[in-house]
Amino acid sequence: MDEIIRPAPIPTPETRLFWEAARDRVLRVPRCEKCLTWVFYPRPFCPKCGAADPVWTPLSGRATLHSYVINHRPPLGYGSAGPYIIAIVALDEGFKMMTNLVNVEPAPENLQLDMELQVEFEDRGEWRVPVFRPAESDSRTAEVHSEG
Amino acid sequence: MKASVIVGAAETERVGVVPEMSAIQLHADAARRALKDCGLGPADIDGLATARQTPVEIAHYLGIQPTWMDGTAIGGCSFLAHVRHAAGAIDAGLCSTVLVTHGQSGRSRVGEPSPAVERQSMRTQFETVYGMDGPPSGFPIGVLRYMKEFGLAHEQLAEVAVAQRRWASSNSRALMRDLISVDDVLASPLVAYPMHRLECCLVTDGGGALIVTSEERAQQMNLTKPLVYLLGAGESCEAPMISLSEDFTTSKAFRLSSQAAFAQARLGPADIDHLMIYDAFAHLPIYGLEDLGFVDRGEAGAFIAEGHTSPGGDLPMNTNGGGLSYTHTGMYGMFAIQESVRQLRGEAEAQVPGADVSLVQGVGGLFMSAATLILGSAATASR
Repeated sequence: MDEIIRPAPIPTPETRLFWEAARDRVLRVPRCEKCLTWVFYPRPFCPKCGAADPVWTPLSGRATLHSYVINHRPPLGYGSAGPYIIAIVALDEGFKMMTNLVNVEPAPENLQLDMELQVEFEDRGEWRVPVFRPAESDSRTAEVHSEG
Repeated sequence: MKASVIVGAAETERVGVVPEMSAIQLHADAARRALKDCGLGPADIDGLATARQTPVEIAHYLGIQPTWMDGTAIGGCSFLAHVRHAAGAIDAGLCSTVLVTHGQSGRSRVGEPSPAVERQSMRTQFETVYGMDGPPSGFPIGVLRYMKEFGLAHEQLAEVAVAQRRWASSNSRALMRDLISVDDVLASPLVAYPMHRLECCLVTDGGGALIVTSEERAQQMNLTKPLVYLLGAGESCEAPMISLSEDFTTSKAFRLSSQAAFAQARLGPADIDHLMIYDAFAHLPIYGLEDLGFVDRGEAGAFIAEGHTSPGGDLPMNTNGGGLSYTHTGMYGMFAIQESVRQLRGEAEAQVPGADVSLVQGVGGLFMSAATLILGSAATASR
């Protein structure tokens, strides 16, 4: 297997606190204090009600698998480690984000939609990005499936 | 609003693999052919709309001096939006005769504008870091959710490609013309599971151009081709990143742009004789048929598999073969409009008998934006 070189984020002023938290292995997103909307991607105001200064709030890190693809044609610079999973996860807090799934073989039989997931953090240069792995109970289920 | 019409329409002399032309040359080849199509010259054009290249580059290359320009670039449906904007500008008296052009060396990459290196956008920070590098790995991200919610089978998804190849088989300009089976589709290599190569669009070279003017001016021209009327149009957008979609089983932009077009035209799905739905990937016609109201939610896969959209069916769709089999330069919307115009003029290779009202549904980016045109033959003028 070739060395995997995956891109690091380059933070901008409104996203820097997200990436600094991820570097500390914390998932943190601004939340509007007025209407309780999670502001993801981060912005310094609420796009729903217009209130300024949403508050950076830690998330549980729990999610479910909403949808995914298994990419068989990795982009240049993404390494050549073979097919990998790009997923949409539904966070317990009620919004969705793109991520990679890790600690699970990229095969449809291991990937049941709505399976429970848990965040972890993957090193990317001087930063880390949030990725998700099957939650403990679901990873056992996945093993049973893959053996069957 | 006074009626606008398409009086000139043409694609480049060749589409598919055209390495002997630069991207801007493809714009110009299509533009000059569209001008010839309606007997006009560069001096007759006072409005210019284009995407990818700027209106200034195209105007100067062609020797046009516009009084109105539109460089709206919202992805592959930009040219549908340009037609809508042109109609508004003509009605407002900002210009009288608009040229809309597209040219892209998507396959041969000759003279293509270099893509801006995007390093700090929100998409780069929250999507590209996960190896989502563009349409093949991103556009199908919701398909498995749709399949789970509505029971769509892999075989039904494959039927979209099979149906469109039937149309392409009778189009001499289509890049892919050999008939295919569901098994062929499912045996083609996986690009991004659940999508196989034959469920993904082609990558080609080509271009197209349109001349839009008022019905009043068109009636004073010596035209040899029938007028094509703009009956209604709409445009909309959702999110710049597909991961921020409200619902991964439907396109909000499809719904809103088509609703606006139907409302303006005072028509509904039952009035449409011929349909083009931008098919960058096989699931787009499925989403489109449902989002535009042609079938109920969850029914489009079976509808296509039953042959309703195939040759001889009651809702002929993507009759040039579509992005999957005809051509797809990268910004396919222009080619969808061109096929509608050909059908309404009665000059398509796979002509649909009695096509008087045609709907073109375009998409931009990965369900980022959408635009809709409802076009009518000369027979619809009195409506």
